Amino acid sequence: MLDLSKYSSIGEAVRDALETWPREVCLYESDRGEEKQRITYREFKDRALPLAKWLEDSGFPAGGRASIIMTNQSKWLISAYAIFYCGGTLVPLDYKLKPEEQWKLLKHSEASVLITEYPIWRQLSISAGRSEAVQAKTVLATEAPLDADLAGAIRWESAKGIDPPTFVSRKRDDLACIVYSSGTGGTPKGCMMTHGNYLEQCVALTSLYPFWPGVKYLSILPTNHAIDFMVGFFGPFICGAAVVHLRTLRPEYVREAFTMYQITYVSLVPLVLKNLQKGLQARFDELPASRRRIFERLRRVNKALTTHRPLLPVSRLLLKQVHAAFGGKLEAIIVGGAFTEPQTLQFFYDLGIPVANGYGLTEAGTAVTVNDLRPFRADTVGKPLPGMEVRVTNPDADGIGQVTVCSKTVMAGYLNEPELTAQTIVDGWLMTGDMGRFDATGHLQLFGRKKNMIVTEEGKNVYAEDVEQAFEGLPVKEYCVFAANYIWPSRSMTGEQLVLVIHLEHGQSFTEDLRKEIAARNSRLMHYKRIHGMVVYDEDFPLTASLKIIRVALAERLGKLDRAKAILPV
Amino acid sequence: MRTLQQTTEEILDLATKHFKAAPGSLRAEDDFYKKLGIDSLQALEMLSRLENHFHIELPDYEVQGVSDFKTLAERVQARL
Repeated sequence: MLDLSKYSSIGEAVRDALETWPREVCLYESDRGEEKQRITYREFKDRALPLAKWLEDSGFPAGGRASIIMTNQSKWLISAYAIFYCGGTLVPLDYKLKPEEQWKLLKHSEASVLITEYPIWRQLSISAGRSEAVQAKTVLATEAPLDADLAGAIRWESAKGIDPPTFVSRKRDDLACIVYSSGTGGTPKGCMMTHGNYLEQCVALTSLYPFWPGVKYLSILPTNHAIDFMVGFFGPFICGAAVVHLRTLRPEYVREAFTMYQITYVSLVPLVLKNLQKGLQARFDELPASRRRIFERLRRVNKALTTHRPLLPVSRLLLKQVHAAFGGKLEAIIVGGAFTEPQTLQFFYDLGIPVANGYGLTEAGTAVTVNDLRPFRADTVGKPLPGMEVRVTNPDADGIGQVTVCSKTVMAGYLNEPELTAQTIVDGWLMTGDMGRFDATGHLQLFGRKKNMIVTEEGKNVYAEDVEQAFEGLPVKEYCVFAANYIWPSRSMTGEQLVLVIHLEHGQSFTEDLRKEIAARNSRLMHYKRIHGMVVYDEDFPLTASLKIIRVALAERLGKLDRAKAILPV
Repeated sequence: MRTLQQTTEEILDLATKHFKAAPGSLRAEDDFYKKLGIDSLQALEMLSRLENHFHIELPDYEVQGVSDFKTLAERVQARL
């Protein structure tokens, strides 16, 4: 691993990595079980520098902003490095957002360059939102068919400068990325992440879960997501390791990739982990009774042997077939993006598969706490990473309070939102909005949120305000969307739901037509953003002088209602 | 060559069997996430079933954001 204390930017560190391990493979790309390409560090450099030169020649300035909207693939990382090489700030956006949402964030980020895939560009180019983000003048589209109408874009493959580009140095405090943690509907929350944030986070994470040449990391979480950016790009690269990309993300190809590449690490969201658990359990259940008894005995032996720490060589021997299904080289599954149920984590750990469960948020530079597995504690999200100061403020009688974080990994603030930044980072401490407490051994346990948001099992952060837009013009007096747990505080982090609160006009009754209208609007939202229930409230909403809803006050009033009776199905 | 209606019916039939829904309970306009109560991974599994049945390849981007059988049938039809 490179000594990151010597570097001041992501680009500088990756540049050295490319020189340090020229012959090592850094990227594998497979589609439907067939390897399409493998790229060495030297080849990566040979592909990235001409693009950097092209960006330089086209006038992309140091500190300029360039966005990437791509699925996980080699050109994502090559483009990102080219942007950093030019001293640019990267704006990674979620390729799963709707085109109008992507344009909204592009406009907000003021990105002048957009690098995307042709199928995504096809949708973006015909979206009405295009007229808004006029500053995004340069568009590079990858993999466009020869006869494709590029609609003003330039082929990524032809964007090549001839001479060597000039490397532009950046300081640790300079912006590296603007990562959106929300804001497709409401206020865009563009987290300004500095180069220092990433360098510090990388040192902290690799101290617990190291990479080395030969490691193969399976990249499934979207690379725009802070976790994959760190463990599916920056982390492996500065250690000479490799990243495996799958162009078709289907459960069967993901399973196949483990054995095909003998994967070392993978990051998963709880939904995928649970799906794996379900598949494995079904296979165990199918075992004949005699083999099942032997298997259960081996599982118990493994559990007893690994109580204090993982013993991978022993587990691989005891539960050979299970480990073989994961390729036999798996060191750990990193679980992130959302809260994972302890029984799912325990299921894998008992099979001898270490699960690096943790807690983090984009604003804190990804991970805040991670389970160090010594011993494994499925009921907690682990201890603070090195360099992280974590406190629980204003604890109640049970010791539960808001989790606050102070660290060099905490973002510089929200782009163009000084007030929101001041509310979120107070005296250098990040107010996470998550509720937790430390146990006697220093492990953090989480118990719900203070924020009006939910996190789905797919790792999607959904802010209630972002969803409200879908109900604009609804024929009622007023309406508001809440996370149900924001109204009725719960100590659970799973099964979170959004509810729509409506206040009807005087004399108006709740009709079947209105219910249908709400259901129709709801179904137009992406599935993970949908409301799960409605509350018909018969009092005026508390409003500010400028007629904005005072959400805290309204939630307090609603909280007096009986949750079970108040929520009606959509 | 199948008509769009035939394709739609075959998709509804496949989804009914795969997710063990009540026969005849699925309609083209239905939102499959809601109607079947499935998550995004189960939806991806359904796509693989469709690929095998129709002998086509449905790239992930083609079905991005699709949540009703009707649109899904149109995407499949375009690849037949």
